[in-house]
Amino acid sequence: MEYFVQQLINGLTLGAIYGLIAIGYTMVYGIIGMINFAHGEIYMIGAFIAVISFIVLGAAGITWVPVMLMLVLIISMVFTSIYGWTIERLAYRPLRGSFRLAPLISAIGMSIFLQNYVQLVQGARVKPMPPVIQGGFVIMERADGFVVSLSYLQILIIVLTTVLMVGFTGLITRTELGRAQRACEQDKTMAGLLGVNVDRTISLTFVLGAALAAVAGVMVTMYYGVIDFFIGFLAGVKAFTAAVLGGIGSLPGAMLGGLLIGLIEAFWSAYFSIEYKDVATFAILVLVLIFRPTGLLGKPEIEKV
Amino acid sequence: MTAVKTGTTANTGSTGEPMLRIEGVHTFYGSIEALKGVDMQVQAGEIVTLIGANGAGKSTLLMTICGNPRAKFGRVVFEGEDITQVPTFEIVRRGIAQSPEGRRIFGRMTVLENLQMGSITAQPGSFDRELERVYTLFPRLKERQAQRGGTLSGGEQQMLAIGRALMSQPRLLLLDEPSLGLAPLIVKQIFKVIEDINREQGMTVFLVEQNAFHALKLAHRGYVMVNGNITLQGTGRELLANEEVRTAYLEGGH
Repeated sequence: MEYFVQQLINGLTLGAIYGLIAIGYTMVYGIIGMINFAHGEIYMIGAFIAVISFIVLGAAGITWVPVMLMLVLIISMVFTSIYGWTIERLAYRPLRGSFRLAPLISAIGMSIFLQNYVQLVQGARVKPMPPVIQGGFVIMERADGFVVSLSYLQILIIVLTTVLMVGFTGLITRTELGRAQRACEQDKTMAGLLGVNVDRTISLTFVLGAALAAVAGVMVTMYYGVIDFFIGFLAGVKAFTAAVLGGIGSLPGAMLGGLLIGLIEAFWSAYFSIEYKDVATFAILVLVLIFRPTGLLGKPEIEKV
Repeated sequence: MTAVKTGTTANTGSTGEPMLRIEGVHTFYGSIEALKGVDMQVQAGEIVTLIGANGAGKSTLLMTICGNPRAKFGRVVFEGEDITQVPTFEIVRRGIAQSPEGRRIFGRMTVLENLQMGSITAQPGSFDRELERVYTLFPRLKERQAQRGGTLSGGEQQMLAIGRALMSQPRLLLLDEPSLGLAPLIVKQIFKVIEDINREQGMTVFLVEQNAFHALKLAHRGYVMVNGNITLQGTGRELLANEEVRTAYLEGGH
């Protein structure tokens, strides 16, 4: 029981992070129908910017954790947003209207480029990050001394993710920008006829996705304490899996998928074998694709014409 | 009906300059020439109709006015300004709204959201007033406002498409086959609304129709399009009486 609770906490934390990244995949897919394979790299860049800004802020004497964290989040989100915007501008927009695979290939190229760029600029060695937030609560203790703990950092990750997802859902469902995004998803020509600047809306989708990935990057940096130029690949593929599991194109689907992938990974590592956790994740993806290709929440709509 | 002032001041009518002037427009889809040098004009305050068979290029002309696709040669002039190269999203801001071919309702958005989409370019603060006006024209939309667009019937979708176009307070309303596939009673209702918004609000309407009889009866003037060319023009009444029009578009139905 205690062991189970601990894994639940770990899984939720991990799932929150995957969910944040998955939103970027699902939104971009929704609006332009392509998988942005460079999205994992955006997250990795977010993590690097986090490490750099922690160091810079520390050197500048800003060490009070709430302020520091807030600033790191903002800096990281701003920079990754610029990356997200630029990638769309350079690698995808010129290919719009060309054959379907072209932007996909371009995305893979972008992903490889960004990995190598960060490796060149930052070096190939892992970057350690001293813990910023330490401590936590002990929830349960078993007779044999096994302790179930919930760290402050885990609380922060889960709370921040929840807040962001609620806010983000509100943005998509209630604001004019969100409506414009959903309109572009369904019919770009009509959206244009109504006065939506379609190109700008697509750019903003990339910017928003990148900003959320940056938050995930900051959290991971603090959670694991080490990052390298390659973390974007696996996290990216898993978040993509989460998006597909939940139903690609669906926002709640991405959140749910992220959570499920996090839980599956945590429980599999705990009860079966940690080496095979990725295999378990992807096996589930395969099963979902076979038996429910639209994902858990992605329902094809019945539309009259 | 609320008698509210709209931006329908016919600021071009007095000088004789038409509200919309299309000059020698050629439009291509790839290498296929869909419009082969179209000339026509719409005066402020008019209802002008364009009739023609399927595939004549009528919808292409409406879309070309909105810059999607763009005219390859020729000019589209709206209220004295050349809008041939103006981006599509900018053209609505200048006062041209379209209810396009196939209605293009956002099926996964509610009726209200569809109408909100229509008001993106409207003056700030005008939303409630315009919504009220659209609901007065189409009470069915009010009943269905929380329902998803995709679940509406064909007639309701057509009402929504027109209502959505009206939400932007256009000076020129482009309607593409509003009667297509609808029951006669609904067609009648929709044509009545078109007549009302023209008469009461002074809105200029450019109506593309296959239902030539209804359209010509309603319109002040009409054009006939064949294979990407305008072949005939005249008042609605003249065209209704025209022998060619009668044999090609009116006989055997409607």
